[in-house]
Amino acid sequence: MTLLPEKTDRKLGLVIDLDTCVGCHACVISCKGWNTENYGAPLSDQDPYGADPTGTFLNRVHSYEVQPEEGAAQLIHFPKSCLHCEDAPCVTVCPTGASYKRAEDGIVLVNEADCIGCGLCAWACPYGAREMDSAEKVMKKCTLCVDRIYNENLPEEDREPACVRTCPAGARHFGDFADPSSNVSKLTAERGGMDLMPEQGTKPVNKYLPPRPKDTLEMKVSGAPPLLTPIAEEPKGFLGWLDRTLGQIDGNKTGGR
Amino acid sequence: MHPAPSVILFTTLSGLGFGLLFFLGLGYPGSTGWVAFVFFALAYLLAVGGLMASTFHLGHPERALKAFTQWRSSWLSREAWCAVGALVVMGLVGLGRVFFDTHWMALGMIGAVLSVATVLTTSMIYTQLKTVPRWNTPITPMLFLSYSAAGGALLAGQIDWARILLCIVAALQLAWWIAGERALERSGTSLATATGLGPIGTPRAFEPPHTGSNYLTREMVFVVARSHAKLLRLVAVLFAFAIPLVILTMTFNHTLAGVAVISHIAGVLISRWLFFAEAEHVVGLYYGQR
Repeated sequence: MTLLPEKTDRKLGLVIDLDTCVGCHACVISCKGWNTENYGAPLSDQDPYGADPTGTFLNRVHSYEVQPEEGAAQLIHFPKSCLHCEDAPCVTVCPTGASYKRAEDGIVLVNEADCIGCGLCAWACPYGAREMDSAEKVMKKCTLCVDRIYNENLPEEDREPACVRTCPAGARHFGDFADPSSNVSKLTAERGGMDLMPEQGTKPVNKYLPPRPKDTLEMKVSGAPPLLTPIAEEPKGFLGWLDRTLGQIDGNKTGGR
Repeated sequence: MHPAPSVILFTTLSGLGFGLLFFLGLGYPGSTGWVAFVFFALAYLLAVGGLMASTFHLGHPERALKAFTQWRSSWLSREAWCAVGALVVMGLVGLGRVFFDTHWMALGMIGAVLSVATVLTTSMIYTQLKTVPRWNTPITPMLFLSYSAAGGALLAGQIDWARILLCIVAALQLAWWIAGERALERSGTSLATATGLGPIGTPRAFEPPHTGSNYLTREMVFVVARSHAKLLRLVAVLFAFAIPLVILTMTFNHTLAGVAVISHIAGVLISRWLFFAEAEHVVGLYYGQR
């Protein structure tokens, strides 16, 4: 059913910390690994070892350079997957009812048996979260690892999305945004979690934590590193004695080089 | 957006076909028998041919019937209903005209309205997309409807209507192009809002996620050189409007009318190619493209 639910009981989603992401792409690989073997059609690759490889991914990591008005530029690694929007435009455009948003937890899913592969949902998504699989000809998207998070066959610590489970930097967090006391709600409140493209009116559930301000050091940035301040003008102790003695031998006052 | 030939053919041909059905439904021309048969056959070839072309870009055309289920939310589903409705009703009208020598006026009116509705729903599929600011304007449905009406008038041999409508489409087309120039800027979406990094500085796409292409870049990031686009716009105006309008001022004969129609169709095809090729999808911003 492509009408959106009035409200969802829970709002499951991710918090992605742009401050801690190191851009290792481990989430991309674990996502592809899990989702190619489990829910729905596998994520195919075309010409994977050839000259023009391409394939279906549900999560991709971009890297952006940000140049502030003053000071050095920053490199920000930027993982991007489905944001499970409250006002998901991809769902309402679907002509067959294959795309839907679950009323119980807000996850946006595709029923692949109903998908005609028209691609309109991918056009409607501003974030590029949906990709048509070239082999199966159906639309693929992040399922928030719906087959992990409720899976009682998995140990409890594995019942979270594969990308979150694998992130070595702890830059991805999974939880319920409808619960103000959840880890993700707290992180969003503490760190000023933000929406991507708020002007598109999609009301994304996933939030991004902006990079924290960098340390400011008292130094002039002019290319060369600042000179260290000498801790003693005249050498003392054993080195001082050595310096004086050698200076007397070769006639130089301050020692040889 | 990637200018897929199937979608360009579909919107152009079915637009013309439903435009012709609109005039036939209103009883212009009111011919019957074999002449009516030729008119109706042409309209159905264009309309159905266009709809067939549109199924070529589907991943699973065998499931196309499912597209009738979501008319409450989806313009694509509404389009499917309107198209089938228009074709069925106008089929009955054609039956009366060809075999019973009568024009069932009420049925014809319903068919005409459904034909307009089909073109309107087609245009709304594009207009609704906030992600493509160039399309997301009320001028888009006006443009599609007027193209369809002008082409329909031309095919139906309604010279006076064709003259007026061609002038209207030409004006709307120019307005649409002018409005489109700054559509992306006006939408407020930029790499700064896409990444949320605007408050700390000016973001620049530094490294893409991968070295090759992907579905998104192939489907939605199509960059057409501005100089080419300008030239093609000129050619489109020449073929779609200028040549047919000049021909319409001459004394009527079938060969010239044929030239006018073919020139118009060629012009619409170019304009429709530009409609897709020039449209920027905001996802391109993530890849450092506009």
